[in-house]
Amino acid sequence: MAIQASDERTRVRSAVLAVRDLRVYYHTPRGAVRAVDGVTFDIKAGERLGLVGESGSGKTTIALALMRLIRPPGRIEGGEVLVDGTDLLRLAEEQMRQRRLAVIAMVAQGAMNSLNPVIRVRDQIADALKDHGVRLSKAELGSRIADLLQHVGLGPHVADMFPHELSGGMKQRVCIAIAISMQPKVIIADEPTSALDVVVQRQVMETLRNVQLELGAAVILVGHDMGLMAQAVDRLGVMYAGTLAELCEVRAIFEEPLHPYSQLLIASLPSLDKKGVFQGIPGLPPSLLNKPKGCPFRPRCPKAFDKCVDVEPLLTEVKPGRWVSCHLYDVDGVPA
Amino acid sequence: MTALLEAKNVGKTFGGGLFDKVRTVALRDFSLGIESEPPSILAVVGESGSGKTTLARLLLGLVGPTTGQVLYRGTDLRSLSGTQRKQFLRDVQVIFQDPYEVYNPFYYVDHVLETPVQKFGLAASRAEAREKIEETLRAVGLRPDETLGRYPHQLSGGQRQRIMVARALLIRPRIIIADEPVSMVDASLRATILGSLRELNQAFGISLIYITHDLTTAYQISENIVVLYRGSVAEVGDVEKVVGDPKHPYTRLLVGSVPLPDPDKAWHGEPPPSEEARKAAAVPHDGCAFAARCPDAMQICREERPPLYQLDEHRAAACYLYLGQPEIGADEIGKVMVPPTREPVSLPVS
Repeated sequence: MAIQASDERTRVRSAVLAVRDLRVYYHTPRGAVRAVDGVTFDIKAGERLGLVGESGSGKTTIALALMRLIRPPGRIEGGEVLVDGTDLLRLAEEQMRQRRLAVIAMVAQGAMNSLNPVIRVRDQIADALKDHGVRLSKAELGSRIADLLQHVGLGPHVADMFPHELSGGMKQRVCIAIAISMQPKVIIADEPTSALDVVVQRQVMETLRNVQLELGAAVILVGHDMGLMAQAVDRLGVMYAGTLAELCEVRAIFEEPLHPYSQLLIASLPSLDKKGVFQGIPGLPPSLLNKPKGCPFRPRCPKAFDKCVDVEPLLTEVKPGRWVSCHLYDVDGVPA
Repeated sequence: MTALLEAKNVGKTFGGGLFDKVRTVALRDFSLGIESEPPSILAVVGESGSGKTTLARLLLGLVGPTTGQVLYRGTDLRSLSGTQRKQFLRDVQVIFQDPYEVYNPFYYVDHVLETPVQKFGLAASRAEAREKIEETLRAVGLRPDETLGRYPHQLSGGQRQRIMVARALLIRPRIIIADEPVSMVDASLRATILGSLRELNQAFGISLIYITHDLTTAYQISENIVVLYRGSVAEVGDVEKVVGDPKHPYTRLLVGSVPLPDPDKAWHGEPPPSEEARKAAAVPHDGCAFAARCPDAMQICREERPPLYQLDEHRAAACYLYLGQPEIGADEIGKVMVPPTREPVSLPVS
């Protein structure tokens, strides 16, 4: 037991970000909505981790919780978010504010609409730097901003433009430039390309990848596009009803998905190779308000059996590097 | 035979007036005829700003064309008589992109289904109307007891979008124009909704114009495809050919930019544009709109707009790479389309 514990500690140390049993509930008059209900994962420096799931599966809530930006009625109920051994959830608000952008930065969903329409790009980037105590002369600031813009593939003249003069893809790249301005260790990108078309999407993802490689930062990419995930991440976590259904290396999940939900999800993807019969996943995700006991996917699962009704499966490593929460893979479970 | 719905050399220009001097050509000299029999599925793809939504709005009569005409059974949409207009509103239905915005939040969702029943006198009694609505909901894979009598906010995006499909079906139209119907819906539901749309086409004989930026779903659902770039047709024809072996450099770029759900198939396509390319793109010229981004651009591309060249029986591309192939007019794109193979299905009398 003691050996196991020390193993656990070394693993956490090599991880730049470790999330342990994170729980975020939204408190409504009708009860608590368990948006994130016990999520555990690690991410190493330089690694790209994807989180996919349907709307309401809790992926954006995780992203906001890591930044500690959950607003009432939402509340982080428990768990740990360790960055280099420091639990972000226990920091005072001011300490956390200093770490945002400097340690952990976020490119939000539809981030291009988060730029202030009446302020030039230059001042929006400078604002972020100043707020984190970077004191530079005017000339130094100018070259720093030009440098940041160049990192995301934009020319220095963009600094003097207003957001409305930029295309969607350029705005999104400005947001990435702001996110990397303090060289964070972790970048969270929440559907960074969901409003862009395919050509621009690829350019933005490429930009994100390049800056990530240069900084050696870890990236958490949140989204619902499995194709994008296949192209952009190293490991993939599949979210379902506030929990991780499966977490493993991205290639493995496309080759041999283990969780029945991942299997159906991958079967439902249209491809450019062959025309197939459309196969959606029947049913709807469960209400996270007064979540019933047992496996959340059970009502839609073609492989459900007795145990799934009463016992909620836990995320377990069933093969090296492959984590699944499904009773099919229990030691005493009924084999598929 | 007169086409049910026809666009004849339609063009739409925005701006250029007193206050907005910049003229934006959203669609240029576009012609397309949709016959009612046999039912067909046509996909219109393009990036933002390619004119695909303008095309949908023109075909629906929501905006008037600047040049050319949109004809319904041979009559210009602007000069339809009262009865014709009512018939048009019934025959041509639309499904919009955002299933969150089309509902009035103060009414039960029943309202969007009951209104067309009343307006078009589809049922003789309340009981019959109810029965019809329930039957239609089941046809798109919804359980009536789980959907009727609820407010829009109590339903998921997928359910709301399927109710819109049900509403379109309830009216038994001949054409459904679907403008990005699944872009705001989760992947697991996307397949189900597209499945319902295809079923409408096969079982109820409804033609479908599927407007999207997503090549994969366009490929899955349609027979023919029109690729638009800045308001002009770049490539048109059999979807298998256009997507399987794209000929126009823009179509190649689009196909290459689709992130495939397979980590072993690398993503390719256009790198972010360089400074020079961006400056070159800003220089207006009369040539091909894609010339500034095109890896194969030649001198002629910047001087003259390329016509459509017919490359084989079922495909045409507007690109000077194919100079020397037979030219076809912009109003002849129907010639290269694959005729629908399905047996025409007779419409149930409603």
